[in-house]
Amino acid sequence: MTVTVYLDHAATTPLRAEVLDAMMPFFTTDFGNPSGSHAVSRAARKAVDESRDVVAECLGCQPGEVIFTGTGTEADNLAVTGSVARRPGRALCSAIEHHAVLHTVQALRGSVVRVHSTGLVDLDALTAALSPEVSVMSVMLANNEIGVVQPLDQVVAMVREHAPGAVVHTDAVQAFPWLDVAVLAAGTDLIAVSAHKFGGPKGVGALVARAGARLAPILHGGGQERDRRSGTHNVAGIVGMAAAMRLTVAERDATVARVGGLRDRLADTLQASVPGTAETGDRRHKVAGSCHVRFPGIESEALLVLLDDAGVCASAGSACASGAMEPSHVLAAIGMDRDEARSAVRFSLGSTTTSDDVDLAVKAVTGAVPYLREA
Amino acid sequence: MAERVLVAMSGGVDSSVAAALLVEAGHEVVGATMKLWGGASDSGCCSVADVDDARRVAQQLGIVHHVFNFGDDFESHVVGPYVEDHAAGRTPNPCIECNRHLKFDRFLRRAGQLGFDAVATGHHARVTSAAGRWQLRRGADRAKDQSYVLSMLGQSELSRVRLPVGELTKADVRERAGALGLRTAAKAESQDVCFITATGGREAFLGERIELRPGRVIDAATGREVGEVPAVELVTVGQRRGIAGAGAGRRRYAIAVDARTRTVLAGGEADLLTDALAVSDAGWSWTDEPVPAGTAVSAQVSAHGKPRSAVMDVGGGVRWQAPENRVAPGQTVAVYAKDLVLGSAIAA
Repeated sequence: MTVTVYLDHAATTPLRAEVLDAMMPFFTTDFGNPSGSHAVSRAARKAVDESRDVVAECLGCQPGEVIFTGTGTEADNLAVTGSVARRPGRALCSAIEHHAVLHTVQALRGSVVRVHSTGLVDLDALTAALSPEVSVMSVMLANNEIGVVQPLDQVVAMVREHAPGAVVHTDAVQAFPWLDVAVLAAGTDLIAVSAHKFGGPKGVGALVARAGARLAPILHGGGQERDRRSGTHNVAGIVGMAAAMRLTVAERDATVARVGGLRDRLADTLQASVPGTAETGDRRHKVAGSCHVRFPGIESEALLVLLDDAGVCASAGSACASGAMEPSHVLAAIGMDRDEARSAVRFSLGSTTTSDDVDLAVKAVTGAVPYLREA
Repeated sequence: MAERVLVAMSGGVDSSVAAALLVEAGHEVVGATMKLWGGASDSGCCSVADVDDARRVAQQLGIVHHVFNFGDDFESHVVGPYVEDHAAGRTPNPCIECNRHLKFDRFLRRAGQLGFDAVATGHHARVTSAAGRWQLRRGADRAKDQSYVLSMLGQSELSRVRLPVGELTKADVRERAGALGLRTAAKAESQDVCFITATGGREAFLGERIELRPGRVIDAATGREVGEVPAVELVTVGQRRGIAGAGAGRRRYAIAVDARTRTVLAGGEADLLTDALAVSDAGWSWTDEPVPAGTAVSAQVSAHGKPRSAVMDVGGGVRWQAPENRVAPGQTVAVYAKDLVLGSAIAA
């Protein structure tokens, strides 16, 4: 039997056993709708309230500033669309945002701010794009493809200076497993996270909306989440997210040190053993789990099939609705041409990644790349 | 002998059954769907719904399924030349170019890279072998025969192509799909060019990419201008529509198109007839050498056209036994000996 080497944690992570345990009662005995007034509801309400406290603490905000959502994508949509609806104006975002932000900004006919070849947002271009007409500026904390971390403090300072009425949103979905979001995003008005990126369940996310960041809802209905997000709470999911957050934050420093070492070894070994391998981004500005590399002369679409055959799960760019790999807007934005982008593979490590995983991945890649180059 | 076969699964019933037959026969089968076109499409072979169908069939068969994004190659080898050909007053067949450059080149090379022995498709045609040569033959279901659209395949490709449904009739295929419970069993066939929408048609597609220019209709006999067409790039040799005004009462046809001078030559039925068909880009399926001039063949000039008796001319063209209508430049001509494909060329 082939061993599975899972190096696609930026796509999703396995649910942690402790998290599942914490969630289980809310599928069965404590199944209540927290919006009700009787005993069954009260148990669910308590769980949501306590989870909210945990999430607030982990994200550095007040509990009342936490809005539970269905996904990270929904949190991003609410942040951008909800801000513009409340205070009409132009939406801005960086060129390497996740589609959840990029397509939302584009749908609102907003503008995109270019990034440097390093992946860091071009602050001169940002200054030029900022004006009093801007109502929201969105810059992700860590990028999902190349792992580059943005200097949010500088972005916030520039927005405050040149677009004083605007709110700053950060998509921290990829950052949370690795970075102290509470500190790094302290200056922003809005923060989006998604539970399944850090050992929580799929189908639950959160948006922090600080007191000054007023939002119009994008989902209308029963008025849950203080009228900011209607819909019955996903109680088990919310409990799971809080449990995963608590564990992630408690272990974060140790995880970053350990996984960062594995990532360094993976990236270094690939570069040493596969001629021509080029690493994307400066590791000093990347999250610890991100190993994004190019193997000139091969197509990652073919390499991924061979790695899959060998039990190694990795990724390249983002998939469209059909499942086909789409040319990456992120790699285009940092100046890669299509051939370069086509040769790129993303290995994303996570808290469960082992030293053996790295060895097996290196073995699979060093076998497959020369094979593809000859074929 | 069991082989590793990569099946090109379009999401249609034929390629679904092709995959099923190979699995039944004990081969190591993997399915793959090519994502070729990202633009507007309502009749496409690579819409999200079709990819879904292919993936679901693969799941039912218990085989791995991949999606390959060959959109850039499709643009450069199929869509781009399609537009250029029309701009030059020719009538290209993009499905044939897709077979030539995508299914039986790009996909075949990808399969080789991934260690597959062969690729399979759901085409209704047969590949046989004898005396160390591979033969492409018409499918068992003559009404559904697709050997014409594969007639550009040579020995190198044929040696690595499997066509499992070629021995079956279409009714057989649907029956097998039904018996296996495949979701594509009753799915309608795709007929149209996948990147042209039914609503906008060729005109809307080309109009966004090239300037469509009005053309003068010239009577072939008198040399006089007798009418006008709104877009010379959309006129096909043999076409009657829009040419009718060119003659008094008689049926008139476009017998030649010159996009450079923006003229369409119009004539009667007799003017459309010709003794010979000149071609370019001749290629040979069965032999390494050109089929000798003088060889008796039958030639087919459209996907479901009737094969007509002819003899080979030098350069891959044919001389018709009895006069035939002119073939629009850009169309594919396939030549056969009985049901055996000898080769193909592009009408000049």
